Amino acid sequence: MGLFDRHAGLLEAYRDVRTTGADPFQIRMERVLSPTEAIINGRKTLLVGTNNYFGLTFDPSCMEAAIEAIRAEGTGTTGSRIANGSYSEHVLLEEEIAAFYGKKHCMVFTTGYQANLGVISTLVGQGDHLLIDADSHASIYDACKMTQAEVVRFKHNDPSSLESRLRRLGDKSGNRLVILEGIYSMLGDSAPLREFVDVCKKYGAYVLVDEAHSLGALGETGRGLCESAGVLDDCHFIVGTFSKTLGAIGGYCVSNDPDFDILRVTVRSYMFTASLPPSIVASVRQALRVVQARPELRKQLWDNVATLYDGLAAQGFKLGPEHGPVVGVHLPDRMLAIGFWRAMLDAGIYVNVAVPPATPNGVSLLRCSVCAAHTPEQLQHMIEVMTGIGRQLGVLSGAPKLRVVAGSR
Amino acid sequence: MSDPGTGEQLLRTAHQLIVENDDIANTLELPRLASRLDVIREICRHLAPYQAGERPIVGATVIAKDLTIDSLAIMDMVMELEDSFDVSIPMNVVAEIHTVDQLADTILDLRAKR
Ligand SMILES: Cc1ncc(COP(=O)(O)O)c(C=O)c1O
Repeated sequence: MGLFDRHAGLLEAYRDVRTTGADPFQIRMERVLSPTEAIINGRKTLLVGTNNYFGLTFDPSCMEAAIEAIRAEGTGTTGSRIANGSYSEHVLLEEEIAAFYGKKHCMVFTTGYQANLGVISTLVGQGDHLLIDADSHASIYDACKMTQAEVVRFKHNDPSSLESRLRRLGDKSGNRLVILEGIYSMLGDSAPLREFVDVCKKYGAYVLVDEAHSLGALGETGRGLCESAGVLDDCHFIVGTFSKTLGAIGGYCVSNDPDFDILRVTVRSYMFTASLPPSIVASVRQALRVVQARPELRKQLWDNVATLYDGLAAQGFKLGPEHGPVVGVHLPDRMLAIGFWRAMLDAGIYVNVAVPPATPNGVSLLRCSVCAAHTPEQLQHMIEVMTGIGRQLGVLSGAPKLRVVAGSR
Repeated sequence: MSDPGTGEQLLRTAHQLIVENDDIANTLELPRLASRLDVIREICRHLAPYQAGERPIVGATVIAKDLTIDSLAIMDMVMELEDSFDVSIPMNVVAEIHTVDQLADTILDLRAKR
């Protein structure tokens, strides 16, 4: 048996995708012009699939901070946090994130993926119980493979499904850790966090919330779903990323647990990889200041979400269940999703395409992510283009239907 | 109600009881006597949409191989079965299960240990 034989099914599916034209998984951004535009295939393309919720990748103050840091401290740390890779700025960044959340401790990781992978797999071990939402991100699933704890999935966003699983554990020994996400990355829906927290309290379970897509977007001061649901104090661990709203790369975990720092010498994805370069630390510190100083970015983001979501819904597109910075457009099957995606790209608009097995319930999606920097005109244009393609491909029936729109911020 | 061997009816009832998992549902126990046949039937009901061609689904059917079901759908089916039979099957245990028989035995074992 050859090394690649086990991937035969996937290879075949992938070949199918490629024979029909451009490969959605090998798109090249020839030149990025701004948070909302890039040159792709030689032409200017509108970007509506970059997780760049506040558009901070080109924020002049963040860029300047990064450039200055490179001049002062060089391009990289060439070492891990437990060796030569802890600079004063890493520690300052950790203090600033902890202060932002009003928590005592913070650890910064080189990516959000590594934060989830390392923290989750280390917090629970043999004899413990890890309970995860069925639609959890890959980094959470991968953490499950690295722990000796017993892992059980509960139904997506369903507190009663979590409750029955906690109840079944009865008086078995071992800690219970429940993993939730602020906003789910495929359909843009958020967890009924308060209800989840109530269940967790009832059964004495610890709660970890991944705010990857909700940092900046949710909460009065942008701290995410934990803040908007009013349960910051009840969430024992909050994980997040610098790679979306903060426009850079990296991850973090905050907590009030007095022994939290022991993770610095136990979490392998923290210990055995190089730390973030000075330029990233500097731009993230500045981006966090921008998030706090410019709440209008949050309002712009949600105004844009409403424009895109309501506009697409009014045309009859089937969308995720509620307004969110991620707008997932349901399409009937994989080939149609890829065909639609490609037609969009030909029309000068880039979105993400998400197909099984990367999606929940085997759905095929065009995954759009909204940016505060999108103009209403850009989004109107996108709605028009999508509607035209949707009609051509038979996804939309001829006459536009008005539809009641669910959800709000 | 008395014959657990033909427990179709019992099973349906249990199914409905567990949906709303409030404290009342907790006290109304599931069919105490879910027979092996009940369990196999319920598994087959979930797997029916994934049948490949005419080959019937039997105890020895290898779920991931003989059927058109993918690994995510298997995990989702397990979640449904967990609620039907009021047991939790950890993911590492699911990973070791290959056949319908093994899945049924796992569920029965876990029920016996409750
Ligand atoms: C829910 C969730 N968690 C974690 C991550 C990982 O983030 P990072 O890009 O920092 O590795 C992502 C990003 O894909 C995500 O969507």
